[in-house]
Amino acid sequence: MVSVYISVFAILGAFARYGQSVVVQNMLGDTFPFATLSINVLGSFLMGFLFFETLERINVSPELRTGILTGGLGTYTTFSTFSIEALHLFELGHLILAALYIGASVVLSIAAAFFGAYLSRHRQFTDS
Amino acid sequence: MTFLYIAIFALIGAFSRYGHTLVVQRSLGRSFPFATLSINIVGSFLMGYLFYETLKYAAISPAMRTGILTGGIGTYTTFSTFSLETMALIENGEATKAGLYVVLSVFLSMLGTALGAYLSHNLGG
Repeated sequence: MVSVYISVFAILGAFARYGQSVVVQNMLGDTFPFATLSINVLGSFLMGFLFFETLERINVSPELRTGILTGGLGTYTTFSTFSIEALHLFELGHLILAALYIGASVVLSIAAAFFGAYLSRHRQFTDS
Repeated sequence: MTFLYIAIFALIGAFSRYGHTLVVQRSLGRSFPFATLSINIVGSFLMGYLFYETLKYAAISPAMRTGILTGGIGTYTTFSTFSLETMALIENGEATKAGLYVVLSVFLSMLGTALGAYLSHNLGG
């Protein structure tokens, strides 16, 4: 069952990343990798939130939880695209933009994971 | 066609990451996130290599290239698990490990990408 859940959520995660990349690049251009930055920050927020929601708040099976977290959110975010985009900025001589991209990706994503975890831990129980 | 390629390679990428994680955690334990670290370094190397390698062959259509790079390699690596693991290390009071994990992930992944790109530029046809 875990394989089915991973499959379904992996396809959703990959399509969401592809769609968001196309939309953000159409809106903001591709001189700065806003698309991947926004994907990794949003995905890290959801990972922090849903890691605890699915552990303590919502009753889901371990298989479905692995599907959502590893299959869905793990797939939605990406490190390899981040690496090649940062390298491209370096190669083009945009050292400040490269440093800004790396710093913003790391700091904002980790902060977003903390924020998501905080929201899950502190929200009021509405039922059960 | 692009969506079909993305779906197929996303499945390969997600199962590779899941399997890689289980194997590394079994052999090296879970006190340090070696699994995600090694996945992101290998995936970044493959991204650097295949980004240029897939431009060399006429048989690889733009749709398949997007499937391989965005669908496959993009899916194999992960940023959200990296963020969560860093957060967990900080919450456990292991700030040094957290700092080491962040620096190694960023530095070695970018080095991997540069090495992959270099190999594609300088090896073979």
